[in-house]
Amino acid sequence: MRPLAYARVSTVEEAVETVTAAPGSAFLAGGTTEVDLIRLGIARPGLLVDINDLPLTGVEDLPGGGLLIGALARMSDVARAPEVAGRYPGVSRALLLGASQQLRNMASMGGNLCQRVRCAYFRDGLSPCNKREPGTGCSALDGLNRGHAILGTSEHCIATHPSDVAVALAAFDAVVRTSGPGGARRIPIDDFYLLPGDTPERENPLAHGELITAIELPPAGIARRSIYLKFRDRESYEFALVSVCAALSVRDGIVAEARLALGGVGTKPWRARHAEARLTGAPATAESYAAAAAAELAGAAVRRHNAFKVELARRAIVRGLTLAARGGAR
Amino acid sequence: MSGAVGRPVDRVDGHAKVTGGARYTAEIALPGLAYAAIVGAGVPSGRVVTIDAAPARAASGVLAVLTHENLPKVAARPRLLPSLLGAPAPGQSFFPMQDEVVHYFGQPVAVVVAESHEQAQYAASLVEVAYARTPSVTTIDEGRGGAYEAERLFGGLMPGREERGDAETALAEAEVRLDLSYRFAANNHNTLEPPATTAVWEEGRLTLYDSTMGIRASQLTVAQLLGLPLSDVRVVTHFVGGGFGAKAMTWPHVTLAAMAARHVGRPVRLALTRPQTYTSHGHREEQEHELSLGATRDGRVTALRHHKLSITSPFDDWAEPATGVSSQLYACDHYQGVHRLIRGNTMTPTFTRGPGETVGVFVLETAMDELAHELGIDPVELRLRNRAATDPRGNPWSSDGLADCLRLGAERFGWHGRDPGTRARRDGDWLIGTGMAAAAYPVAFFMPAQRARARVYEDGGAVVQAGTQEFGTGMLTVATQVAADALGLPMEAVRFEAGDTDLPNTSAAVGSAGSGMVSAAVHAAATALRDQLVALAVADRGSPLYGADPAAVNVREGRMLLRDRPETGEAYGELMRRNRLADAEATGSWSPPPLDTPHGLLTFGAQFAEVAVDPELGLVRVRRMLGVFAPGRVLNPKLARSQLTGGMLWGLGQALLEGNRMDPRHGRWGAANLGEYLVAVNADVPEITAEFVEVADDVVPLGIKGVGEIGQVGAAAAIANAVFHATGRRIRELPLAAELVMDPPGTPA
Ligand SMILES: Cc1cc2nc3c(=O)[nH]c(=O)nc-3n(C[C@H](O)[C@H](O)[C@H](O)COP(=O)(O)OP(=O)(O)OC[C@H]3O[C@@H](n4cnc5c(N)ncnc54)[C@H](O)[C@@H]3O)c2cc1C
Ligand code: SF4
Repeated sequence: MRPLAYARVSTVEEAVETVTAAPGSAFLAGGTTEVDLIRLGIARPGLLVDINDLPLTGVEDLPGGGLLIGALARMSDVARAPEVAGRYPGVSRALLLGASQQLRNMASMGGNLCQRVRCAYFRDGLSPCNKREPGTGCSALDGLNRGHAILGTSEHCIATHPSDVAVALAAFDAVVRTSGPGGARRIPIDDFYLLPGDTPERENPLAHGELITAIELPPAGIARRSIYLKFRDRESYEFALVSVCAALSVRDGIVAEARLALGGVGTKPWRARHAEARLTGAPATAESYAAAAAAELAGAAVRRHNAFKVELARRAIVRGLTLAARGGAR
Repeated sequence: MSGAVGRPVDRVDGHAKVTGGARYTAEIALPGLAYAAIVGAGVPSGRVVTIDAAPARAASGVLAVLTHENLPKVAARPRLLPSLLGAPAPGQSFFPMQDEVVHYFGQPVAVVVAESHEQAQYAASLVEVAYARTPSVTTIDEGRGGAYEAERLFGGLMPGREERGDAETALAEAEVRLDLSYRFAANNHNTLEPPATTAVWEEGRLTLYDSTMGIRASQLTVAQLLGLPLSDVRVVTHFVGGGFGAKAMTWPHVTLAAMAARHVGRPVRLALTRPQTYTSHGHREEQEHELSLGATRDGRVTALRHHKLSITSPFDDWAEPATGVSSQLYACDHYQGVHRLIRGNTMTPTFTRGPGETVGVFVLETAMDELAHELGIDPVELRLRNRAATDPRGNPWSSDGLADCLRLGAERFGWHGRDPGTRARRDGDWLIGTGMAAAAYPVAFFMPAQRARARVYEDGGAVVQAGTQEFGTGMLTVATQVAADALGLPMEAVRFEAGDTDLPNTSAAVGSAGSGMVSAAVHAAATALRDQLVALAVADRGSPLYGADPAAVNVREGRMLLRDRPETGEAYGELMRRNRLADAEATGSWSPPPLDTPHGLLTFGAQFAEVAVDPELGLVRVRRMLGVFAPGRVLNPKLARSQLTGGMLWGLGQALLEGNRMDPRHGRWGAANLGEYLVAVNADVPEITAEFVEVADDVVPLGIKGVGEIGQVGAAAAIANAVFHATGRRIRELPLAAELVMDPPGTPA
């Protein structure tokens, strides 16, 4: 591991100032991504600024019925918080199905949003990879790409966004609150994640030194009956081949409102707006769900080893919507 | 007499392990210790053109950077032989850093030594190596055209081809014929403890603390590579965090650690990083099998042809032998087994969990399931019909038990009345299926004589020693049990010591042979000591046993006594004090039967599994596993069960999860860590049971055939057969990934 300096800060202002002032510096929260990447030689901060003393661990009600989740709240605490488990079960479930118990106890919500991709070529530190070294090419395009994305890809990068909870947050229009050198911002989650396009090295719009302080969840609405399903090779401790966060409100057999987001298949947590549009006003039937899935996946671009994900995602969406229509809980 | 052997006693090292008291190789603290880090080649083939080590040398804490330019040449290159043989056992005949040629990705091209592990790792990242890359072959697909038939395997120990009768003709004439092709991704061992070596030189003598399954193999190999007398090399290992074959041979990093320590004149520790383990100690090679099976309509197998194609290194003809079971398990006059190889840019592959046969048996036993289905014969019944009563040479099995395993397994599992129809049972989104397989694994007798020493003190305590090693199998515990019973002492009075080549020699504990051969040597030493003391007593006028027939003397709780008059006798201590002996000692040894012993040598078992398959999503979850095994004498049922169920879970992983692929463009593994290389986790573990069928065997040592491999063998086949039963889809490829299992679009429910 390369030598690096370490500092511990206790206020948001101090955190922002310290990182802003040092070009090669990075925030350190739970460290479950950051320390990994430093050890692999992928992240090379000269200074690690430990933010674990910041008072950002709360889960609080917002006026009007929403919820404010502190950036340093741990995944396991958030999953267990009654406000989350009761009002946003899909969010809670997504957290519980991520990583492992040990990691969830360590990992923060802000860190989760900023976790880097699991593409093996990105992480090996050797292969050509546009995300790690812009302009070198993408090894995954014609390589081992079973786990890679089919939605939102570009010819420069096809890495899947790995977060589970971000999928649920995307489904329910969460907002990322930040505090940076230019002041405070509120960034809708869909704008927080950038498609790779021709700048795959840029995954979010955070400026250097800009700190996530909290995540806002709007009033629950149909999220109260949301579900999150995660499908993967083994039963635990693995990223999704495909995951589905869904919530449906059905009146008289007709879908009144639908929320659908996908994990494991997109280069960002994938809000399935095409599918939602198809669903709204349609009969709550397997046929509608299949049509919605087809609409969402029409834009899928597959590579050699991940072609199966289109069919897998289609079936997972139908499964998820069927369950959500029944009012959920899984 | 109720002895310790056969009882489910707790591990003698259990307390040390769960309290952190057990010291593993990379935890041994030594004054002045320095740390080494390997720089692995970044290309799979070519030449090192330049190495710029200046930035690494200038980094803080760095003591030395070794490359092919300044590393001394090795004194000899021992040939590749399995470590069980008791000869030098390099994992591959190639030793790195002797010249600039690169044969495989990760091949050591430099070793950095520094004051701390972190400094060494960092400086290693600063070594700039420029390569002239040449074309590489790292997958079967790339090398298929260059495949050749291996004349001999396993360092020449085994023929690459085995034939009897006329398989071609018999296949052509068979009433029923199956021609099946299989593909298997490579497997990596992934021991929890990555291998590590600490090397200490003192006055020209080398002590190696090594994480190994065979201290003797490390000693012999390193001595020969460095041109040292054997007496100047001592290898110590106290605890090993898993072997699985990864530590069965002595790989280059062990000797590199010794060379680095000599270079800097300080003790040096070299611990492999997790990614480096994928390119430092071999792997189970990518392979393809073809099986042709001929049978009569009533289900008698008449011909078998089993071909394996796999990738080996540029320097060794190595394949895990995969046809040792398919050639013997079923009575069949016409057999052909062939191993074909492709030379590729990988390390020499090596023993991995149930070497060879666990894949070979997968092929055989899923093919038998296909035959059963095709002919409408119950799979258990089909095995019973074809079971070989003797080995192919007509020799009786040293012990059998297959039929009992199959029958008992069927009964316990609730096999009878199974509806053979596929897609017949549903549970919500899941299709339920059951499957079974026979299991067998060869008993290997390549080892030389095994030795042990036993000593009793006049206070009644005993120390028994053998140069074996504990890598999780429970060796320390079973040896203590065997010694206690042979000496007639309670287990608490016996301390078993191992893990040091200064102790009496044994071979590497591989191929399930460890507990049998070491126990036999321990038994011989302890029995010799007891006999010695009994002989002393019956010749001692002061002893109540004076003049007794030694054969009439028993020893119980440290007291020698007459069998039919137990009140007559005395304790070891009384006898020894009277004779002014502070202690007494004896050695013992065990030699294997001759290689041409007129016995068939297989360990048998039967595996059963119930799976749930989500056919839409291709997910397979195992609900139940039952294995019934006939491993001969069971020294400790608790340990044996834990080995066997552990093996069965590896079988689950083999079936569903484990697999690594080379990226042919870069010539390196796609996965090189435990996040991406999938092994089963707790949540995958089903209800799992291992049961025993008792068989007596007087050919194998102490009647012990071993439980090291048989637990895994057949487990994957049972699972795959259950997946077929659930879904009606036969997949001849491992692992059974979702994309293979999921129903193709349009499949009727
Ligand atoms: C083996 C393994 C398996 C995993 N499996 C899953 C899974 O199945 N599903 C899943 O969703 N996740 C999974 N994860 C990822 C895990 O959830 C993330 O690593 C974790 O959430 C990151 O949080 P952290 O607090 O440890 O972040 P850190 O590692 O401390 O930081 C991560 C990054 O975010 C930055 N950062 C941290 N906090 C802030 C902040 N407040 N503002 C701005 N930037 C910040 C850091 O500078 C760094 O770049 C897995 C991780 C591992 C190691
Ligand atoms: S998919 Fe993205 S992260 Fe992976 S190699 Fe290509 S550019 Fe790099």
